[in-house]
Amino acid sequence: MSDPRRHLPLTYVAAALLLSALSTVACAGAGGPTTPAPRSGAVAANAPPPAPDLARLEALYRARADSALQRVSDADAHFMTGMIHHHAQALVMSAWAPTHGANASVLTLTARITNAQKDEIAVMQRWLRERDRPVPEVDAGGKMARDSGMQMPDMDMSDTQMPGMLSPQQLLDLSRARGVNYDRLFLTYMIQHHNGAVTMVHELFATDGAAQDDFVFKLASDIQVDQTTEVARMQQMLDGLPSNQDR
Amino acid sequence: MNPNSPTSPTTSRANAARACLSTGRQLGLTLTLVVALSSCGGYSAVPGGMSSIAPSMAMRPLTVDAPSPDPRVGLRAGLFDAEEAVWNLRVVSNTPPPEAFVGKTNSDLAFKGNYAIQGNYDGVQIWDITNPSAPTTVITHLCPASQSDVSVFGDLLFVSGEGMTGRLDCGAQGVQEAVSHDRLRGIRIFDISDIRSPRHITNVQTCRGSHTHTVLEDPNDQDNVYIYVSGSAPVRPAEELAGCSDASPNQDPNSALFRIEVIRVPIARPQDAAIVSSPRIFNDLVAPPTHGLAPDDIIAMDEAEAAGAFVAEFEGRRRILRDRTTRPLLNGIMTARGGTRVSAADSATLRASIPAMAESLMGGGGDGLGPTQCHDITVYPAIGRAGGACGGYGLLLDITNPIDPKRLSAVSDSNFAYWHSATFNNDGTKVLFTDEWGGGGGPKCRASDPPEWGANAIFTLDGQDMDFRSYYKLPAAQTSLENCVAHNGSLIPIPGRDIMVQSWYQGGVSIFDWTDANNPVEIAFHDRGPSDANRMGAGGTWSVYWYNGVLVSSEISRGLDIFELLPSDALSQNEIDAAKSVHFDHLNSQGQPQIVWPHTFALARAYVDQLERSRAVSSAWVTEVRAGLTAAEATSGSARQSALTGMASQIRGQAGQSGDAAKVRMLADALRGLADS
Repeated sequence: MSDPRRHLPLTYVAAALLLSALSTVACAGAGGPTTPAPRSGAVAANAPPPAPDLARLEALYRARADSALQRVSDADAHFMTGMIHHHAQALVMSAWAPTHGANASVLTLTARITNAQKDEIAVMQRWLRERDRPVPEVDAGGKMARDSGMQMPDMDMSDTQMPGMLSPQQLLDLSRARGVNYDRLFLTYMIQHHNGAVTMVHELFATDGAAQDDFVFKLASDIQVDQTTEVARMQQMLDGLPSNQDR
Repeated sequence: MNPNSPTSPTTSRANAARACLSTGRQLGLTLTLVVALSSCGGYSAVPGGMSSIAPSMAMRPLTVDAPSPDPRVGLRAGLFDAEEAVWNLRVVSNTPPPEAFVGKTNSDLAFKGNYAIQGNYDGVQIWDITNPSAPTTVITHLCPASQSDVSVFGDLLFVSGEGMTGRLDCGAQGVQEAVSHDRLRGIRIFDISDIRSPRHITNVQTCRGSHTHTVLEDPNDQDNVYIYVSGSAPVRPAEELAGCSDASPNQDPNSALFRIEVIRVPIARPQDAAIVSSPRIFNDLVAPPTHGLAPDDIIAMDEAEAAGAFVAEFEGRRRILRDRTTRPLLNGIMTARGGTRVSAADSATLRASIPAMAESLMGGGGDGLGPTQCHDITVYPAIGRAGGACGGYGLLLDITNPIDPKRLSAVSDSNFAYWHSATFNNDGTKVLFTDEWGGGGGPKCRASDPPEWGANAIFTLDGQDMDFRSYYKLPAAQTSLENCVAHNGSLIPIPGRDIMVQSWYQGGVSIFDWTDANNPVEIAFHDRGPSDANRMGAGGTWSVYWYNGVLVSSEISRGLDIFELLPSDALSQNEIDAAKSVHFDHLNSQGQPQIVWPHTFALARAYVDQLERSRAVSSAWVTEVRAGLTAAEATSGSARQSALTGMASQIRGQAGQSGDAAKVRMLADALRGLADS
């Protein structure tokens, strides 16, 4: 393989005080299906009775959907779990923009990153929940739940071991930066962070048994193209910031 | 002309007119005269012979009475029984998917003859839509691969494969190994000369698979058809497909990144289809991460430039340079000539060197490699152009040499997350790009989602430049249970207007008029409630295209929907009839065909309706022309021909006094064409 990204070291600096304060890794327990698959719930009481063949097709649809839930590869579940943590840190980084004097274009960017990654966290959580897998819980600001009762047994899920995750010192620096310094650090670190997510997609696809689930393939591919595109945009924004000598 | 108007013609003229017509129908004096004026050799088109065309009221932009409250809000959920909202459309049929494809994702559509070919992640479904109210299955062909986007040419069917599960043997078991020689990612080619029995011909494997593809029919090459492959997934390992590399092109000139693939398919020997070029259309692409310039921005830019600001141009788009950028440059020029004060000559020197310096001045956009791929390329061979939706950019390409597309210009937009697809208007004077923000899986049409995110951006084409005009986004807020973002669509061949039908996944189908690039207006829609009441389920319309009189939509979970346009204040029956007169023998939406309208009375009447709607002409004139058309239609042979010819020339002479000379001339051309047909 000629892809240098696939050979990135996967261990980053170990978790430290700030990190544990901001985003301790924990997983919500999920002893059983928390969202029962709807059966007839979608049919309102006043709806006309569906034609018999449609009822049969809908039953087939539900049966196939249930069956798909049984076919879950560890590689896919590992990816979804890890990406929830990864996305959560992007929410933390972005949430500071309004209070840290970000410029207008960085504000727009952070608003879109927040919107996009919150939605993706929700679908990844649902994907895990429907497959009876442990579900990492994330609050609105991107902080991982600490008290959901179940420590993640898989230490690979630790924030610091995923590509692109900010070190505690980087997070601290970003939290203290203001104005153009925040913009510059945010863009620099989010480029690092996004590139890490792209690496995670590459690692997924390089794993046997991965991405046989169409949903996982599509989500992973979308994350890859969205974040690759956004990295290019952020690089331009970074290049357009006033240089240190300029100020 | 209006019999009550003081400009009514003289009786003698009317009698003469009647005398030279043989119809003798009770069509009324005035209409007979209109025909007569033009049909009798002895009459030249007399200025003032018809009522004044000049409008008596101010012209008005297109306005519609959209239903309020919007009926798309709050629709009841259901898979096959969701509540529906429909406006200015008739639902002709909803046909559920074949059993084999229930619960499997339907994707894009192509058309051949009376067949609609619908891709599915598990294969291809071919429908016979001869009777649009009851489509029937021709064949359900199992051969899994996502996305299975489909195109046709002649007897060939092309199918995209990108996912990790596609197999050379069309098996459904997937491919578990990360590296496998059983995997298909690329283009499958089938012979569909017997449409009931597609026969596999060959595959063209590509390094990034084929998310989707574009068939390019080169008007200058009758022996080959070309396929532009857009693949957005990660590059395959070289162990799986020799030669694939995702190193930076700086490290490996054969990198599969930052390029598209062009496949040439010899029509006589499709089994020899192969990649013939991998154009690096993104090289040195730099553009600012801003939204395109709105007209107000352009005015401000002009004023700033007039006031002496330095302006740098990037890919056809201008940016004002800041003082802190230009000051050291001016000082450098001054110092270089040994001066101590910046002179006007120094400013001129700087201005002259800005184009060359622009990239370094602004930081250059990183490595200058641009996006790594396109999502979609829409080719419009009739004008030799393509619109590429590529990562963070919309590109305008010259495709006159199919294997060597050249980038003419590029735009980017800070409101656009991911450029997805392009549609030209028929005149080739505008291009519309979509932003598939979130990849189509996210609910991006909630009330809280900005209207310029996940929307369409409309540009006018000025030579090689694209000028931003406006955004269009589905105007009805959707729930968080409905994935919704701009997706595939096509033009509807309404003559004289730019009207498009577009899929918004679970946001439904939206039809909008973008004739006024600054002010797109929705004129019809169809929507269903969520496919699932409790979670964001699969569903929604993947693509919807106009094909030979109907609108055909590929519903991801619910099968095939067919709609028909209904007349409204915003769209007349004549306009619909003119659209229905356009016939394609096949259609691939990304290979945009040029629409040519047959010469029909509906075409002429459509233009008249449009002139009336915009108040570009007087109402008396409209009445007269309509009467003239009725009279002419009632005749035949040389009488009809001379009547129409005369009307055409008289109307052409009046164009300048109307509020819309171009449209009046289009009417005259339509009449002339009708006379000659």
